[in-house]
Amino acid sequence: MNQRLIYLDNNATTPCDPRVVEAMLPYFYEHPGNAASRNHPFGWVAEEAVDYAREQIAQLINVDPKEVIFTSGATESDNLAIKGVFEMYKRKGNHIITVKTEHKAVLDTCDHLEKEGAEVTYLKVQEDGILNLAELEAAIRPTTILISVMWANNETGVIQPMKEIGDICAKHGILLFSDATQAVGKIPVDPKACGVHLMAFTSHKMYGPKGVGALYVSRKNPRVKVTAQMDGGGHERGMRSGTLNVPGIVGFGKAAELARLEMAQDTERLSNLRNHLQQELLKLEETIVNGNEAHRMPHVTNISFKHVEGEGLMMTFNQTIAVSSGSACTSASLEPSYVLVSMGLGDELAHSSIRLSLGRFTTDQDIEEAIQLIGTGVNHMRELSPIWEMYKEGIDISSVQWSEH
Amino acid sequence: MAYSAKVLEHFKSPKNVGTLDKSKKNVGTGLVGAPECGDVMRLQIEVDEATGVISDAKFKTFGCGSAIASSSLATEWLIGKSLDEAGTIDNMDIVEELALPPVKIHCSVLAEDAIKSAILDYKKKNGINVEALSAAH
Repeated sequence: MNQRLIYLDNNATTPCDPRVVEAMLPYFYEHPGNAASRNHPFGWVAEEAVDYAREQIAQLINVDPKEVIFTSGATESDNLAIKGVFEMYKRKGNHIITVKTEHKAVLDTCDHLEKEGAEVTYLKVQEDGILNLAELEAAIRPTTILISVMWANNETGVIQPMKEIGDICAKHGILLFSDATQAVGKIPVDPKACGVHLMAFTSHKMYGPKGVGALYVSRKNPRVKVTAQMDGGGHERGMRSGTLNVPGIVGFGKAAELARLEMAQDTERLSNLRNHLQQELLKLEETIVNGNEAHRMPHVTNISFKHVEGEGLMMTFNQTIAVSSGSACTSASLEPSYVLVSMGLGDELAHSSIRLSLGRFTTDQDIEEAIQLIGTGVNHMRELSPIWEMYKEGIDISSVQWSEH
Repeated sequence: MAYSAKVLEHFKSPKNVGTLDKSKKNVGTGLVGAPECGDVMRLQIEVDEATGVISDAKFKTFGCGSAIASSSLATEWLIGKSLDEAGTIDNMDIVEELALPPVKIHCSVLAEDAIKSAILDYKKKNGINVEALSAAH
């Protein structure tokens, strides 16, 4: 197959920037040391490389390098933050507040803690995907020890008002954790300025390698501690044991530096491309954008094409374009995206959605081709759709008696 | 998940897409599934009243590739069959023919339901005793 593939699934993972790969290469063979080997040059070189990467990453999010704990990725960071805080502070209280649109790594961790005695409130979001701050404040109890709100949503790109949420946490003396996996490296993220005390993020969503992530843990005002979830040699200030992934960390550092230097130009170019893509797709009948468009990541759009099923639609062009669908037609239950459903989008519209996420390597030509192919696919699927035919005949779809299945 | 060659073929060039005139007495329509579930199939049969044989079948489906392929295949199989023969089409025949993975078996179940539902509709319209069939369904 010689056809050029178009990658519009950058929220799933980003390609590794070649400059990142280049920075990593010496640390596989030439500099093979263990960063924890304190008594020979191999170890010193590795440690120096890790320290440098830690600074590059700290600079991107405007924190002290000592506040960056390396992990294997955002899922581990989410687990470490939430379980670690719960275990460390459970004598103070057992209540955690989070949001229904969080990533599974947060929701399933909270679910796990409920079995260990935690009480968890799962807040719904408004129709535009943004948390209602009054509802958040009303959910706070004397026993609340942690609030967990993601910075930007992976499916819709909707950005939460972190500063306002941070102010509420400060007022009530509650720790604030944010899964910022989709935000760090793409938009300015400053946890200290927003009152965020712990923050998870990962390398492979910002053009770095997979298998390496970080957790920011505030050291001052307040000094936050988390219980280690991995016992061993006491690496990372005792919060995360395990030999550091030196090449991965070097790549993560380089990716962070590139993100910091190129963020403004990437954002401008990608938001223009995204807006063009969205505008053109919205010219198709009965097409809507999901999520708040003003508070949204610059490279993401989530669109529902009414009366077309997302997975079937993807199949019309997935030999050429990679996107992701809100319809997971892979189980007997046919669950549509819980994120979109939490926003009050009906199940039908959630099944009809696709997420398009652009990245540093997306070209103008990619977008022009995507507009053509997706448009053709939507029209093809609508010709096949009995619901589209009913809609065209003026039948109210919601009044139809559907058979139970 | 990779689709089988047969699913891809039916998906790319689905057979018998369209709509029959449901007001005609010799047309039976089955509409199964629900938009909230991500699958809706409409399958129609036209019966030659002289011979009792299905002379035409059409479908439209809202769903994934396997659902579209299952209904396309069903229409192919239906044409030329008597109603009794059509009623014996089993979802596992579809699974086998299209090499559907376990997570897509529900698509074949929906296609079988659509066939049975279209036959039932035809029989009801034509005053044929449907008790036995309803019980089986």
